[in-house]
Amino acid sequence: MTPEVSTSPTLPDAPEAPGTPDRSFVDGVKWFFSFENRFLAPMLITLILLAGQLSFGFLESYWKTSLAIVTAMFLELVLGRLITGKFPHLASAYISGISIGILVRSPAIWPYALCSLLSITSKYVLRVKDRHIWNPSNFGICALLFLAPFSVASLSIQWGNTFLPMLVVWVLGSLIIYRLKRFHICLTYVLSFAIFSALRSSITGHPFLAEVAPITGPMYQLFVFFMITDPKTTVKSWRGQVLVAFCVALVEMILRLNEIVHAPYYALFLTGPAANLIEIWWNSRQRPRAMDFEGAA
Amino acid sequence: MSKRIGKPLLIVFFLALLATPLVIKHFNARSESTRSETNGSSALARYGFQLEESSKSAGINFTHQTPTFDPKLKHIMTQVAVVGAAVSVVDFDRDGWNDFYVTNSGEGSRNALYRNQGDGTFKDVAADAGLADLNSRETGVSMGAVWGDYDNDGYEDMFLYRWGRPELFHNDSGKRFTRVSEKAGLPQWINAGTAIWFDYDRDGKLDLFIGGYYSEKINLWQLSDTKMMPESFEYANNGGRKYLYRNLGECKFEEVSEKLGLRSNRWAFAAVAADLRGTGYPDLFVANDYGVSELFFNDGGKRFREVGNETGVGYQPKSGMNASLGDVLNRGHFAIYVSNISEEGILLQGNNLWIPREGTSGDKLKYDNLAREMGVELGKWSFGAQFGDLNNDGHIDLYLVNGYVSDDQNRSYWYDFAKVAGGNRAIISDAKNWPPMDSRSLAGYQQKRVWLNDGAGKFIEVAQAVGVRDIYDGRSVALADFSNRGVLDVVTANQRGPALYYRNTVNPDHKWIAFELEGRSSNRSAIGAQVRVFWNGLQQVQEVSGGSGFCAQNQRRLHFGLGKIEQIDKVEIRWPSGKIEVLAAPGLNKVHRLKESA
Repeated sequence: MTPEVSTSPTLPDAPEAPGTPDRSFVDGVKWFFSFENRFLAPMLITLILLAGQLSFGFLESYWKTSLAIVTAMFLELVLGRLITGKFPHLASAYISGISIGILVRSPAIWPYALCSLLSITSKYVLRVKDRHIWNPSNFGICALLFLAPFSVASLSIQWGNTFLPMLVVWVLGSLIIYRLKRFHICLTYVLSFAIFSALRSSITGHPFLAEVAPITGPMYQLFVFFMITDPKTTVKSWRGQVLVAFCVALVEMILRLNEIVHAPYYALFLTGPAANLIEIWWNSRQRPRAMDFEGAA
Repeated sequence: MSKRIGKPLLIVFFLALLATPLVIKHFNARSESTRSETNGSSALARYGFQLEESSKSAGINFTHQTPTFDPKLKHIMTQVAVVGAAVSVVDFDRDGWNDFYVTNSGEGSRNALYRNQGDGTFKDVAADAGLADLNSRETGVSMGAVWGDYDNDGYEDMFLYRWGRPELFHNDSGKRFTRVSEKAGLPQWINAGTAIWFDYDRDGKLDLFIGGYYSEKINLWQLSDTKMMPESFEYANNGGRKYLYRNLGECKFEEVSEKLGLRSNRWAFAAVAADLRGTGYPDLFVANDYGVSELFFNDGGKRFREVGNETGVGYQPKSGMNASLGDVLNRGHFAIYVSNISEEGILLQGNNLWIPREGTSGDKLKYDNLAREMGVELGKWSFGAQFGDLNNDGHIDLYLVNGYVSDDQNRSYWYDFAKVAGGNRAIISDAKNWPPMDSRSLAGYQQKRVWLNDGAGKFIEVAQAVGVRDIYDGRSVALADFSNRGVLDVVTANQRGPALYYRNTVNPDHKWIAFELEGRSSNRSAIGAQVRVFWNGLQQVQEVSGGSGFCAQNQRRLHFGLGKIEQIDKVEIRWPSGKIEVLAAPGLNKVHRLKESA
């Protein structure tokens, strides 16, 4: 069986373009903000990149970010062609590359390329029942944070001195994610994070604002909008998605209580695949039963 | 591709990718361990020098103490009272031997002026000179001192900057110092992070730049509220203002920063001035904590123009804690070294070595950060650094001190620090939101860096090998020839730790030449004078500095190592007044004492 790999963060097999010439302007706008627009998520992450870079210059360098993007897209093309026999859509690789370009912090150049290579390759190697179970950029970043701390850290700065750029990205991001029917994941995670911040505060005695501080940074915007919502590596049911988002926040809280600096990445690294494996196992149990039932009928 | 072949190949490729960081780490560790195995006499043979910590035998017994600020800061006191250990070198009594001054910061603690007795020992004469008892809650506590002969009487005067009231002391013929702060018109309170002397308008009188760290409106002993922390970890603009005091003569100064365009409320931690463009006028570089560095081009002494972004040095915000200059490539141009924070897996800002880009000059000057390529990027939580030819091989080396808070070695504050540092302005700027440090360490117990310039574009780290093994929280470092032997010794000032004196032993086959300059129409300290030494097709430029590094000042004397040569081609001296003098093939292994021609 030819492996199916993620070609878009939203809907891999969605139609390519608006299509018919008689489509009205309103329909066009609706389509633009629809589940079917494969370019919506890439546009959102590009918006975050531009907001951060133009207002505060938060990139390590244009070259490093470009390297991460180009490497991810190039490898996606190569592996897609070699493994599946066709050229894949590059939206997913673009998002992985840009996430890496923003989130990885290293004075060296090689981690940007290596992280992209690891992320994309992981999609083709780490598969169960023909489904990749780790979010690619989450896997790549965790691998480097774990294996190469001597040369790699992650984005830890904030949006300058003002709420405005952050607010713009949160509002626009929320609207877009809402249209993509994944807002419940973000909302669950953010609310859970806030509740667990209060819980951590009561346990550690540290101010609540100190505990909630990390989520005000741009790293969390990428994490919330792109990593925990990735359709290919989240479970399928609405309730399951809400539960997994809650579990990510819960595991993150446990890691934070143990003073793990990169708690959100590791929480998703642990929780996401576990949830996917449970779902795969559950589905494999359901199918034979359904077949038995059909046979009986 | 056949699936039977493709999948295993893909797995091998994936495993190779995972193994890549481990391979890189292995090779890095191997080359480092080879270097640290060298020590003692083998270091002298291999690297051409060795350093021996000699403070005890030299009679130096100084330990820095920290202040206790407003009780509202009690939970993060070690993080706020984190600087103040500083060292500056001066020959205050003009006896031909370099002395040095170290600052203390605890209320009631004493600063020390170590007079060089010329026999390898020093004696603290600060009390007799009137420069000891300068730290109190009422006046503020010392952060550093810089020396310059502001009245051109031949004796170096001292400017002391504090988190508190800044002070100017007149040197009374090398015997005592008289406080002249009011006469000079200095402000009542600045939480200063840096200060340097320079003659920005080349009128022959030394002017004074002061960079504020905390806002001057804050009295750290009496806080009205706790909103005094930086509003951002990398974009803060709520620090102290800048001051430029133009020397009018007769101990009168006029504050001209606003008029000349020096407007900034970044958190200044280090400054250095030098003529970077060949205009004859000193430009000003300021390294800021919690933000980008600033480079101010000096337009004829009439105006300063901030060009950090255009030149490349002010693009990426980091935690600037040092500014020092050195001609690292022997091309006749200054590189600028800025230290920052690097902690494995948490925060890897990397230090910056700004090298002038070939083919750019004047107003079009551009810099590239070559710290990584040249091997001086990662110095942990770095503070002061100084360039100097430690082995007299003709290539200037780099000495860096580091370490933030060394407390309980088994408990780290990094997690809580990183948690709040990434937070929004409303959170980070309020001290009450910062979790208590509870005696935890933050980037403490760090190994210093001694980077040896190999002359081929690389620096090699040799600290352990040459005898630098202390792990105090280093702040300030100064280089000077304390024994008039033609070698650069090292003094370091450590926060909550002892002042250390590293005596240098250098391969005697390596030649050197040094210059002590005295201005006539230029300022008498000759601050701003440039000396270029030409030999073997190389040239190296150095400039007399009124302060560099972190809260530090090297010896006034300019020291050039030359390697194994018999003679040099020529020496060119450009005085601050603009006069140029050339010495043809001056003698080696000696200090040349030169007065500006009338």
